[in-house]
Amino acid sequence: MKRFLITTVLIFICFLLQCTVFHTLAFGGIVPNLLIVLTASFGFMRGEKTGLLIGFFCGLLVDIFFGNTIGFYALLYMYIGYINGKFCTIFYPQDIKLPIALILGSDCFYGLICYVIMFLLRSRFDFRYYFVHIILPEIVYTIVVTIFLYPLILWINTGLERSELRSGKKFV
Amino acid sequence: MSPIVKRKGEKFTLPGKYLLFILTILCTGMVLLTFNTTVFSGPLSAVAGYTVVPFEEGISSVGSWLANRSEELVQIRDLIAENEKLKQQLDDLTIENTRLQQDRYELTNLRELYSLDAQYDEYEKTGARIIARDSGNWFHSFVINKGSADGIAVDMNVMAGSGLVGRIVDVGPNWAKVKAIIADDSNVSAMVLSSSDNMIVSGNLKLYASGVIEFEQLVDSDNVVVEGDKIVTSNISDKYLPGILVGYISTINQDANNLTKSGYVTPAVDFEHLEEVLVIMQLKQSIED
Repeated sequence: MKRFLITTVLIFICFLLQCTVFHTLAFGGIVPNLLIVLTASFGFMRGEKTGLLIGFFCGLLVDIFFGNTIGFYALLYMYIGYINGKFCTIFYPQDIKLPIALILGSDCFYGLICYVIMFLLRSRFDFRYYFVHIILPEIVYTIVVTIFLYPLILWINTGLERSELRSGKKFV
Repeated sequence: MSPIVKRKGEKFTLPGKYLLFILTILCTGMVLLTFNTTVFSGPLSAVAGYTVVPFEEGISSVGSWLANRSEELVQIRDLIAENEKLKQQLDDLTIENTRLQQDRYELTNLRELYSLDAQYDEYEKTGARIIARDSGNWFHSFVINKGSADGIAVDMNVMAGSGLVGRIVDVGPNWAKVKAIIADDSNVSAMVLSSSDNMIVSGNLKLYASGVIEFEQLVDSDNVVVEGDKIVTSNISDKYLPGILVGYISTINQDANNLTKSGYVTPAVDFEHLEEVLVIMQLKQSIED
């Protein structure tokens, strides 16, 4: 229950920051993708199921406010969460390289899919331009934000796990 | 034994891959359903409206307050210099104003003579504040703090100052989503004010940085359209009210087919620093007897 509430609040905060505050902090009109950081981190910290559920709800929120159809972003974020969940077995909290690499990969995947489905299919063929001016800056900015945001998410998750362990022991 | 079959006394859990499968089908179904219809948008946007929008309003008002304060400090020095210049300009303008007033008198008479249609300053408008911008970097849309409860409906035109911003594409009880004319997937049927030649003005992500949008399919057989001409929304558009200023032609080129022209338009609205917009409360296609 506690976990559910805290995760919901986290999703809301990230979504709100992404579409308000970060637009005033945007470099060259590019905003970082906090929802990807959140989805991916919970994916590799907690496993496939948590990853895909958090991804689904993050995506749904984006769909309702900014999507042309409901379900597209939900699907995309959900798969990102699920794929990151596959790395749960090789994840150690002390290691920062794997999370950074995974979030980088996730944001790259997100950008490529967005380009292919929403631009390439409308015959915008100049992939190099979109990669250099949209996808790449977003990845770089997201990684910079990850360096600050990820330890926070990790700290919240460790705190939650510890409190769950304590309340679990009471019943044994 | 199938992993999803429930056994007595065992806690029911659904493995990740089954959940993924179910949600994938759900999402695909929703995409197909909402591609052309608005089945879910009612309840979903209502729920989202009451949970997210109040926070968005709060954050954006605090954010814009802070941004304004910091901008004020920077601008004070410029303002002093500007004040001097403006005083001089005021004198010039007063002279011009007297002249224009005479012209206006003439114009009113001529308008009555031709019984011209109402200009867009006579449409009923309502002001709204931008509370959130697109979460991704691919499109240019934003959320305003008024919705169906304030009488806003899909396809209403949105302006800022005297220029066209876009139109409402989605509406919730207390919020509405506006798609800007500079968004990559938006097209506006427009015309050149001086010659009434029609054209299509479309947004383009590649041109964001240079601050222009492109136009195409301009048939200008008399070669009268020049750079700097005013572009307004056309009479034949089914979404946009006629005569709203879109921008000014900045570049014009002959197409390879030698029949049409294309080029770039500088929008009349500064999309970078947009905070407040005006929604025209009148639809182009309203049922009238």
